[in-house]
Amino acid sequence: MGIEVEKKAGFDTESAKEVVKELRASFVAGKTKTYEWRRTQLTAMLKMMDENEPQIVAALTDDLSKPELESSIYEIAMLKNSCKLALKEMKHWMMPKKAKTSLTSFPSSAEIVSDPLGVVLIISAWNYPFLLSLDPVVGAIAAGNAIVLKPSEISPSTASLLAKLVKKYLDCSCIKVVEGAVPETTALLEQKWDKIMYTGNGRIARIVMAAAAKHLTPVVLELGGKSPVIVDSGINLQVATRRIIAGKWGCNNGQACISPDYIITTKDYALELVDSFKCELERFYGKNPLESKDLSRIVNSNHFARLLKLLDEDKVSSKIVYGGERDETNLKIAPTILLDVPQDSLIMNEEIFGPLLPIIMIDKVEDSFDLINYSGAKPLAAYLFTNNKKLKEKFVEKVSAGGLVVNDTTVHLAEPSLPFGGVGESGMGAYHGKFSFDTFSHKKAVLYRSFAGDAAVRYPPYTAGKLRLMRALLGGSIMGIIRALLGWSKP
Amino acid sequence: MEESIAELRETFRSGTTKSVSWRKKQLRALLDLVNENEDSIFQALDQDLGKSRVESYRDEIGVIKKSAAYSLSCLDKWMAPKKGELPLLFFPAKAEVMPEPLGVVLIFSSWNFPITLALDPLIGAISAGNTVLLKPSELAPACMSFLTQTIPRYLDNKAIKVIGGGADVGERLLELKWDKIFFTGSPRVGRLVMTAAAKYLTPVTLELGGKCPAIVDNTLSNPSKAKVTAKRIVGGKWGPCTGQACIAIDYVLVEEKLASTLIEMVKKYIKRFYGDDLKELKSISRIVNKHQFQRLANLLKDPHVAASVVYGGSVDEEKLVIEPTILLDPPLDSEIMNEEIFGPLLPIITLKNIEESIEFINSKPNPLVIYAFTENETFKKRILSETSSGSVTFNDSMIQFLCDSLPFGGVGQSGFGRYHGKYSFDTFSHEKSVLHRAFYPELEPRYPPWTNFKFSFLKLAYAFDYFGLILLMSGFRKS
Repeated sequence: MGIEVEKKAGFDTESAKEVVKELRASFVAGKTKTYEWRRTQLTAMLKMMDENEPQIVAALTDDLSKPELESSIYEIAMLKNSCKLALKEMKHWMMPKKAKTSLTSFPSSAEIVSDPLGVVLIISAWNYPFLLSLDPVVGAIAAGNAIVLKPSEISPSTASLLAKLVKKYLDCSCIKVVEGAVPETTALLEQKWDKIMYTGNGRIARIVMAAAAKHLTPVVLELGGKSPVIVDSGINLQVATRRIIAGKWGCNNGQACISPDYIITTKDYALELVDSFKCELERFYGKNPLESKDLSRIVNSNHFARLLKLLDEDKVSSKIVYGGERDETNLKIAPTILLDVPQDSLIMNEEIFGPLLPIIMIDKVEDSFDLINYSGAKPLAAYLFTNNKKLKEKFVEKVSAGGLVVNDTTVHLAEPSLPFGGVGESGMGAYHGKFSFDTFSHKKAVLYRSFAGDAAVRYPPYTAGKLRLMRALLGGSIMGIIRALLGWSKP
Repeated sequence: MEESIAELRETFRSGTTKSVSWRKKQLRALLDLVNENEDSIFQALDQDLGKSRVESYRDEIGVIKKSAAYSLSCLDKWMAPKKGELPLLFFPAKAEVMPEPLGVVLIFSSWNFPITLALDPLIGAISAGNTVLLKPSELAPACMSFLTQTIPRYLDNKAIKVIGGGADVGERLLELKWDKIFFTGSPRVGRLVMTAAAKYLTPVTLELGGKCPAIVDNTLSNPSKAKVTAKRIVGGKWGPCTGQACIAIDYVLVEEKLASTLIEMVKKYIKRFYGDDLKELKSISRIVNKHQFQRLANLLKDPHVAASVVYGGSVDEEKLVIEPTILLDPPLDSEIMNEEIFGPLLPIITLKNIEESIEFINSKPNPLVIYAFTENETFKKRILSETSSGSVTFNDSMIQFLCDSLPFGGVGQSGFGRYHGKYSFDTFSHEKSVLHRAFYPELEPRYPPWTNFKFSFLKLAYAFDYFGLILLMSGFRKS
C-alpha cells in the first residue's frame, strides 16, 4: 500500500505566510462574520456530502479499507448531524447572553458576546480522516472564523478528496485545505494563528503547543490514551461483550482514540469473559476474521509493524487466548485477545490503537480504580460494566478521564450535549455541538454603564467616610450601605 | 521544592481537597486571614506601592473578601453535576457533566495588585478542589513576605503552599509537571510559561495586558456628562496603582475639536484628586521600583514625546513618583504609543472623526479592555462588532473587574482563558462527561455482520428519523 503522498509543489514558509495573509484579509473584511455566510457554508457542506457519498466512501476504503457502513455512519452521518445541529442552533448560539450585574456596579447592564477568534488552523488525524477534519471545521465556521485545514498525510486519498471538495463547495477565500506532511505542517505552525486545534498523539501535540506558545495562540488538543474497560460480574455478559466489541473492532478495528484499549476484570470472572468474547467475535466476524469485510485494515506498514512488535514480545505472545493471526500483504491482524499480560510489557505501556485487547485480572473489582488512576496518564475515556449502583458512583467519583460511560462504550461521542475532550495526557479543551462553537469563539464581556449614578466615593481625596462606604458597597448588602451612609460602620 | 510538590500530589491523591467541607473551610479561613490582617495588608501595600487605604481596600482587600464570600455561597451549586438532555434514541440513559479538580496547580501572580492577583486565582483553585502552589511576585516584596508568612497560619499546609524567591525560582517551577498553570503578567513571560507547559501538555490560563484605549465622542459637549467622563477617565488611569494595571486606560482617542475640552477637564480632576505638587501628591500610588521608573522616564526622553507633554511630566527619582502626565498627540511611532505604558502617562490622540478610532484600535494588538464613552447606539454596535478585545466597557472604567458574572480575560496578545466568579471555578476544573446506559433495550443493528437492513436502520437512527425507523421495522420500508 505504498501510496506516494503528493505534496503541493514547494509549500514552504512563504506559501504559509501568503495563505494566512489572504485569510486574514478575508476575515478583516468581515466575510466570515455574517450569519448568511456561515449558513451558506454549512449548507454547502451538507450538499457536498449528499452529492459525493460514494467518492468519500471510496477514499476511506482506499486509505483504511473501512467497511462501508462505518464510513457511511461514523464519518458521513455523524458529520451531517453536526452540520444540521449547527444550522439549527447557530442563530441562538450567536446571540449575546445577558449577565447578571450586582449592586456594586449599579446601575449597569451586562452581556457576553461571542466573537470569532479570527484565522484558525485545524490539524486532523488519519483514523477518521473525514469526520475529524470537517467536524472541527463546522464549529469554526459556525463561530465565524477563516480556516486552514491540514488533513493527515497518512490518509492521502481522503486528504486529496477533501482538498478537491472544499475547493468546489466552500468559499476558498476563507477556507483552505493544505495537503502535505511534516515540512508543510511545520511551515503552517510557524505562522500566527488565532487558535489551533490538533487531533492526534501526545508527541506531536507538544510540538504544536510549543509552536503556538511563540504567538500566544490558544490550543485545543484532542489526544488519546489507554481507555480502560472495567467489567464487573453479575451483568448481562452477552450485551456487555457485544458493546465492547462494537467499540473496539467495530470502530476502525481498534484504531480510534476512544476505543476500549484494555480490560480489567476479576480473576473469578476472566475466563467467562474470554469465552463470551470468543463466541461473539465469531458471530460477528466469522471463523476467518482476516477475510471479514466488516473490519478495517491496519492503516499502513509502520503501524502494522508497531502492532506486531507489541504482540510478539516474549512475555506477551504466550498470553494470546484468541486470534493472533496476521496477513502482512493485506495489512490485516485478526481480533486478538490476551489474558494476564505483565504490567511492564510494551502492550500495557503505550496506546494500542489496533485490534489487540489485553485483559488484566485483579482480585476485587474496586481495585481497578486505583490501577487506572495510578497508570500515569489520564485516558480520553473510561468504561464500566456493572449493575452495582455503589460501584457506579465510586467510578464516576474516582476515575479521572476525558469522559466516562457506564454500560456501553464510545457512544458518548455521538451526543452533542456532552463536551468531548481529554484531560492531562489525553488533551485539553473540548468540542461537539455548542462546545465546538464556543471553542472557536472569544466570549467578550460587555458592561454598559450610564452617566447617572456617579458615586463620589469612587474618587479621591479619600476619607475615612469614603472607606466606610467602600466597604459597604463591596460587601453588597443594602443594610450595610445604609449604615455606612449614616456613619454607623467601621472606617 | 520537589518535596513540596510531591506532598501536594500526595494530598491531592488522598482526596482531601475534593470534599465540599474542606473547600469551604479553606475559603472561610482565607476570609479570616484577610479580616484579621487588614492592617498588615495595608502596610505591605503601602510599602511596596504607596497605595492608600481606600485604594488598597477597593482594589485588593475588598475584592478578595467579595470573591471568597461569593464562592462560598455558590460552591454547592458549582460542584453539582449538570444534567444533559439525551435524544430518544439513547433511552433509557442519563447524561451529565461533572466538574472535577485538575490536580496540582501552579499560580504565578503579578506585582501591581499583589494581594488580589495572588488570592483571587487561589480562591478559584480551592473552590475547584485542587492543591496549589502559589508563587507571588518578588517585585512586591512586602506583600510576598506577608503571603509566605500568613497563608501557612490559616490554610491547610499540606494542600496550599506559597513559595517566595525571584525569577530563578519561577524558572525551576516551570521545569516541573503541573496539572494547570495560571499566569498573570507580561506577554514575554507568558510565552515562556506556555512553552514550558507544552512539555507536559499542561493547560494554561494567561492573563496578560495590552494598550487599553478609551474612546471619547461628543458626549463631551454635554457639560454634566463631560464631567462624569473626565472623572471616570482620571479615576481609570491614575486610580489603579497610578496606571500600573492591565486594565488601566492606556491612551485616549478623541476628536480634534473636543481635545482641549477634554484636556482641561482631565487637568481639573487630576488637581482635585491628587493635587498638583509633585512633592505632595495624595491618594495615588508610586512606581513600584527603579527599573519601572527608569523605563517610564525614558518614554518621556524622546524629544518629540517630551514636546507633546501638556501637563505634568515631572519626576522624583528618589521617591519613585511620576506626576500624572498628559500628552497631546505624541508621534504614533514613538515607544510610548507602541508598548503598554503601565504608568501615569496619558497620551491623548486626536482624530478628525471619532469613527476612525475603530481602525486605530484595530491597527494594534488586541487589548484586554476597550473603554468607550458614548451614547450613540450605532457607534456602540460598531465598536462591539468591529473590534476585538478581552472585554468592552461603555461609559466607565475599571468597574467591570467587580462584576462576578462577567468573564475576565484577554484575547490574542492580551491572553487566553478567563476567571472571576464561576469562571474561576471552571478554569481550575475538568468538565468530565458521564453517560449512563442500561443493558436493555438492545439494538441488534449495532453489530456486524453488516446487512442492508442494519445499514438502513443505522442511517435512519443517526438521522433521528423515528418515523422512518418504525416504517423500516414494520416492513413498510425497504432496506
